[in-house]
Amino acid sequence: MSTVAGDGARRILPSGEHAVLVECADADEVLGLHAALTASRPDGVVDLVPAARTVLVTVDPARIALETATSWIAHTATAPIDAVASEVVELPARYDGDDLTAAATTLGISVEELVAAHLGATWRVAFTGFAPGFGYLVSDDWPYDVPRLANPRTRVPAGAIGLAGAYSGVYPRESPGGWQLIGTTDAELWNPAADPPARLVPGGTVRFVRQEGES
Amino acid sequence: MTGRLTVLAPGALSLVEDLGRPGWAHLGVGGSGAADRAALGLANRLVGNAPHAAALECAIGGLHLRFDDGAWFAVTGAWGDVTLDGEAVRPETATRARPGAELVLPTAAHGLRYVVGVRGGIAVPRVLGSRSRDTLAGLGPDPLAAGDALPIGDETAGAIPALDRLTAWAPVDDQVVAGLVPGPRADWFTDAARLALFETEWRVSPQSDRIGVRLDGPALERLVPGELASEGVVRGSVQVPPTGTPTVLLADHPVTGGYPVIAVVSGASIDAFAQLRPGQAVRFRHA
Repeated sequence: MSTVAGDGARRILPSGEHAVLVECADADEVLGLHAALTASRPDGVVDLVPAARTVLVTVDPARIALETATSWIAHTATAPIDAVASEVVELPARYDGDDLTAAATTLGISVEELVAAHLGATWRVAFTGFAPGFGYLVSDDWPYDVPRLANPRTRVPAGAIGLAGAYSGVYPRESPGGWQLIGTTDAELWNPAADPPARLVPGGTVRFVRQEGES
Repeated sequence: MTGRLTVLAPGALSLVEDLGRPGWAHLGVGGSGAADRAALGLANRLVGNAPHAAALECAIGGLHLRFDDGAWFAVTGAWGDVTLDGEAVRPETATRARPGAELVLPTAAHGLRYVVGVRGGIAVPRVLGSRSRDTLAGLGPDPLAAGDALPIGDETAGAIPALDRLTAWAPVDDQVVAGLVPGPRADWFTDAARLALFETEWRVSPQSDRIGVRLDGPALERLVPGELASEGVVRGSVQVPPTGTPTVLLADHPVTGGYPVIAVVSGASIDAFAQLRPGQAVRFRHA
C-alpha cells in the first residue's frame, strides 16, 4: 500500500458516521499531518487524534459534514516534520528502575550504555493515549526495541520512566502497566488545572536530564 | 448555587455526568459523558435545563437522595419503582420535591442506567470543561458516596415545559436490533466473520461497563494476523480482541485501541447499549 502526502491520494478509512481514520506511511507523516490539520482545522472538527500510523478525525455533524472534512483532509499537505515547532521539555531523570538491568541485558548492552543512550537521545512525542498526559516518545537516536513485560504490573508509580517496543514514556500517575521501568522523574506531567493540562503534547520535543546528585 | 442534594446511599455506581469532554483526545483524554445521551437530553429538557447541565447517572439502582432545599427533578433512562417520600414517581415526568423529600431508585426493572435530572443542574466543579466522571481516566468528580452534598446550579434554559411528553416508553427488555455502519478494519476479518456479525444473536456479557459492552457469541475470525498499531477509536466502535468476541465501546472508552474495529454502531443505536442488561440479546443490521 502506498500513501502520498498531501496530494489527495491519502488512504482515508471510515470510522462510523462522525469520524474518519487517515492512514499515514510512518510516525513522521502522522505528526506532520496532525500539525497541518491542527493549523487549518475548520469549525466543527472536534478531535484530531494522532496514533502510531494514523490520525483519527472526528466531527460534529451539526457543524460540518463528514464529506467536507474528508475533502479538507485529502487536500491538506503534510507539514514538514522540522516545521512542527515545539519547545523542548526537559525531564529530570534518576535511572533507578526495577527493570533497568534486565532491559540492558535483553538488549545486550551495559546499564551505562542504556542510560547514556536514553539521556543522549532527542525524543519526540509521537502521540498520546493510554492515560491522560501519557506521551509515546520516539527518537531517531534510539535504536532499541524492548519487549513489554510478560506479566504487567498492577501498580506502576507516577513518574516511572519506561520502555516498550521502540517507545519510551513516563507514567503521569499511578496505574497498571506493562512497560519495563528504567527510572523515575519528579516532573509533573499531568495537571488538569494547567493550560495545557499535559506537559507532553503531540509533536513536542523531550530530553531526559540526569538529576543532580543521583546515580 | 440554588440548593443542595445529599446522597444518603450511592447504590451500585452513581456518577455525575454531562455531555463530556470533546476536544481533548490528542492529549489522551476521552469524551466520557452520559452513557445514555438521549436520557440525559430528555432529563434536562423535562426540567427546563440547558443541554450541557450535569445530571446523576445511577447504574442498576440503589441511589437514595435527599432534596435538602427542594427541587424539580425528572428520572429518565432505566425504569423502576422510583419513590419520593414513599410515593410513586412517574418516569420521564418533571416532579417537584419539597424541601427534605427523599428520592429512592430501586433496582431497575427495565434498562440499566437511571438518569436523574435536577432543575439547575448538578454544579460540582468542572475538570477540563466538563463535570463528567471518566471511569477509565479517573477524571472528574469521584463516584457518589453516602454523605456527599451536591450543589444545585442555575443552568436553566427556560421554564419547566408544561406538557413535554405525552407518551413515555421503557427501555427494551428483549432483543435489541442495532444499526452498524462501516468501521476502518472490516477487511481484517474473513467473509464468514463479517457475515456472522450480522447473523448472530449476541448476548450481553456481565463484564460490561461504561468503557464497553462485551458481546458473547461465536469468535469472529481474522484474515489479517498480527498486531494492529494502536489507533484512534470512537464511541460505538466494535473492536475485536484476539478472543474474537466483540466489544462495543461506550462513553469512557480509551482514546486509542490496539484491536481492529470491524464496524461502528450507528449514532441512532448507541444509546441503547447503555441500557442493555447482562444476558440480553442483541442483533445487528446494516444502518
